[in-house]
Amino acid sequence: MIREPLIFEISDKGKRAFGLPKLDVPAQNDVLEGLVAREDIPDFPQVSEVEVVRHFTRLSQANYCVDIGFYPLGSCTMKYNPKVNEKAASLPGFTSSHPFAPEDLVQGNLEVLKRMEDYLCEIAGMDAFTLQPSAGAQGELTGMMLIRACLEERGNPRKIVLIPDSAHGTNPSSAHLCGYRVQEIKSNQGGTVDLEDLARNMTEDVAALMLTNPNTLGVFEWDIKKIAEIVHVKGGFLYMDGANMNALTGICRPGDAGVDVIHINLHKTFSTPHGGGGPGSGPVGVKKALVPYLPVPLIEKRGERYALNFDRPKTIGRVRSFYGNFLVVVRALAYVLTLGPEGIKEIAEVAVLNSNYIRKSLDKEYHLKYDSPTLHECVFSDKIQKENGILNIDIAKRLIDYGVHPPTMSFPLIVHGALMVEPTETESKRDLDLFIDAMKKIAQEAKENPEILKSAPHHSYVRRLDETTAARNPVLKWEREKKS
Amino acid sequence: MSYISLSDKDKKEMLDKIGVSSPEELFCCIPEDIRLKRGLDLPAAMPEPELLRHLEALASKNVYPKYLSFLGAGSYVHFIPTVVDYLSSRGEFVTPYTPYQPEVSQGTLQVIFEYQTLICQLTGMDIANASLYDGASAAAEAVLMAHRLNGKAKVLAARTLHPQYRQTIGTYTKNLAVTVEEVGFGENGEINFEQLVKKLDKDVSAVILQSPNFLGIIEDLKKIGELVHNHQALFIVTVAEAASLGILEAPGKLGADIVCGEAQSFGLPPSFGGPYLGFMGCMKDFLRQLPGRIAGQTKDVDGNRGFVLTLSTREQHIRREKATSNICTNQALCALRATMFLETLGQSGLREMALQNIQKAHYASERLTRIKGVKRKFAGKFFNEFVLEFPKDKQNVNEYLKKKEVVGGLSLGAFYPELKNCALLCVTEVHQKEAIDRLALLVEEGLR
Repeated sequence: MIREPLIFEISDKGKRAFGLPKLDVPAQNDVLEGLVAREDIPDFPQVSEVEVVRHFTRLSQANYCVDIGFYPLGSCTMKYNPKVNEKAASLPGFTSSHPFAPEDLVQGNLEVLKRMEDYLCEIAGMDAFTLQPSAGAQGELTGMMLIRACLEERGNPRKIVLIPDSAHGTNPSSAHLCGYRVQEIKSNQGGTVDLEDLARNMTEDVAALMLTNPNTLGVFEWDIKKIAEIVHVKGGFLYMDGANMNALTGICRPGDAGVDVIHINLHKTFSTPHGGGGPGSGPVGVKKALVPYLPVPLIEKRGERYALNFDRPKTIGRVRSFYGNFLVVVRALAYVLTLGPEGIKEIAEVAVLNSNYIRKSLDKEYHLKYDSPTLHECVFSDKIQKENGILNIDIAKRLIDYGVHPPTMSFPLIVHGALMVEPTETESKRDLDLFIDAMKKIAQEAKENPEILKSAPHHSYVRRLDETTAARNPVLKWEREKKS
Repeated sequence: MSYISLSDKDKKEMLDKIGVSSPEELFCCIPEDIRLKRGLDLPAAMPEPELLRHLEALASKNVYPKYLSFLGAGSYVHFIPTVVDYLSSRGEFVTPYTPYQPEVSQGTLQVIFEYQTLICQLTGMDIANASLYDGASAAAEAVLMAHRLNGKAKVLAARTLHPQYRQTIGTYTKNLAVTVEEVGFGENGEINFEQLVKKLDKDVSAVILQSPNFLGIIEDLKKIGELVHNHQALFIVTVAEAASLGILEAPGKLGADIVCGEAQSFGLPPSFGGPYLGFMGCMKDFLRQLPGRIAGQTKDVDGNRGFVLTLSTREQHIRREKATSNICTNQALCALRATMFLETLGQSGLREMALQNIQKAHYASERLTRIKGVKRKFAGKFFNEFVLEFPKDKQNVNEYLKKKEVVGGLSLGAFYPELKNCALLCVTEVHQKEAIDRLALLVEEGLR
């Protein structure tokens, strides 16, 4: 196999892939005078255009992606990304708009933002949304800041945030960044929040419970109204991590179930592409009590015009520049408009159908720690395969040989050797069956030929990589080898 | 239109396999009383031709790209080579997620590794992360990182740091043991050095400033860096206009301990403010405190070179509340575009672009200040932005420009009450001489 070198390794003095028209203003000789200018940037690339094109085309071929096949990475909602949304986000009227342009010159953009806020309010059952947060984790931080600002105004910001042990790692990290101590809440045998443990820990020192629903096991917290009551009686807020909103669209609105604050990932439920790790978008929805604290500016409709309101004395401020990842919002808007109300409901229905089909098809070969009903994803474990010395990572790497992206393995922490499978609604039965067959074959191989799993993957661009050495002796950039 | 791939027959077979008669039954775990009993109140589904017409109509309610625009202030217009749009729209780059499985993500990982290398070369720092959300949150992360490094509580932030970056730092630090004090600017637009000297004491964790600063002025980093280090504080340099790095010396070579900022200029259109690209580089001693993803080089079992996400023990999925940051999803596709942009422009292209920016902006400044009553507010050196002061008694020139389909400079009064009659203008390589001359002509008319 040809391995693509680093661009720096094919760079050579004097090659170029770009030129500008000749300077068309009179040149001034003294513009650099008094400045510390640089002559050149040592080792900066010098390549031709064809070299650039082949470099990135070859590199692209070393990636697996949703456009190639099934990508059941649990909790990440790797659904198909409609191509028309990309076209929408590349319309020059959107891409060339300057964010500091006076609001009367960018009415189209403001309408996009306001309408998306309104649609999210309707889908999640909330009173207002901000689209400013750049991704889910920033949404969590924003949501917790809103809660804190409100509690502060009531006289006491409180000290603790409760988080179930099944939660994603960003939850405790975001709560901590907001100045709170984290108290973990146990899960019960069904994989949901242990109400007794919650009631015991829910004191007047607690600012909020951060609840993922459905949780990371794919199980719906069916006690949510009771949970909300326990939290509210003590004057706390119920924060919902809406990363798994794909299971609920059109079926159940968190705002109707007692949720005070929610963040939603547009790059998950609303199908904006994941881009190899972003850009995402993490809008935050709130109930009335928290509206005064939303980040500035707020977009308002005044008659037929859209306007930006910066005059918000109780606002937490802002968590980034401008109005969020605008082009991501454009894609999400295109998605909502394409699907319509029935299509949005169908997302949840089919995502849950696909997931339960996989669960039912594999529940003999793979262990399920919790037998509660699940919605859009299910979490198997390697418990059965472990008897032959096979871990979840071996199963994952072998899946690569079968042409499928592995499931999530790093959480939930309450399932050892987790394999979190989220098929999403866009997959065909044929692709689901390919995955199921591969998983069954792997279960067989684990018994008969465990070595083939241990040494997998066999056919990928690179084989299993030494991550320990990468961390112990970090090489984090290319450097020219020094001549000895 | 929906994106479902199941036929009715498929659905039936799957429901049979599961042992239920309808998808509805699969939601039995959701209590009746919180189910939505009605359809969502959303617009009816639009087929593709209708959707595109609808969105094109929305986009055309903006005056861009029709109007000529001279806005900068943290969002810049630079030429983007065709290969960047072409290559970055490949599904293999657009539709995977964070490279958790390195064996099938070498494309993304090698690009991040190249990106980190380019950021180090440009900033003069030892190491860089895989990206942050934008310049504002990168500045906030840098301040928190400095606090983790030396445990000190006070941060001095230049008043000429982008106002939105300062506001973001304020929001991020508000609930933590970090306080922020402002350092004003002097008559020439640079940071007020005497004030900085006065405010620096042993309790200062870091000094953060921007260069070129929000008023367009290039700071004397070397001199400031020495002062900051004399007080055992960390020196954070923010770069909001990354194109300036094509000609200005790397801040890391001039004493910066952390360099962060906004790399939107590298291949990302203004896009009404996002997605953009936060970057951060620092000295290698700070590695364990650097926030965000990092790619590293290693070998596979056959001895072939490969890349992985590494040092994840700093991150939220391992360390939870003890992580260096809560960041998870970042701006990978934007970093990819920046990598393509920089590798296409290359050594000579980036320098040429930077030089044309500085030349054209100086021409524009010179041309505009020939107009009676218009003068440059600050005498400091500048890159591609400058502040003009207009006569007090005249009507708002920008309103006149608007009528002529020109978006003038950013009025500074809302951000700096002391700069009420001033505007910040930006001129880059995309502005032809003709456009600059037209601006000057219209300003002259508007002031009459």
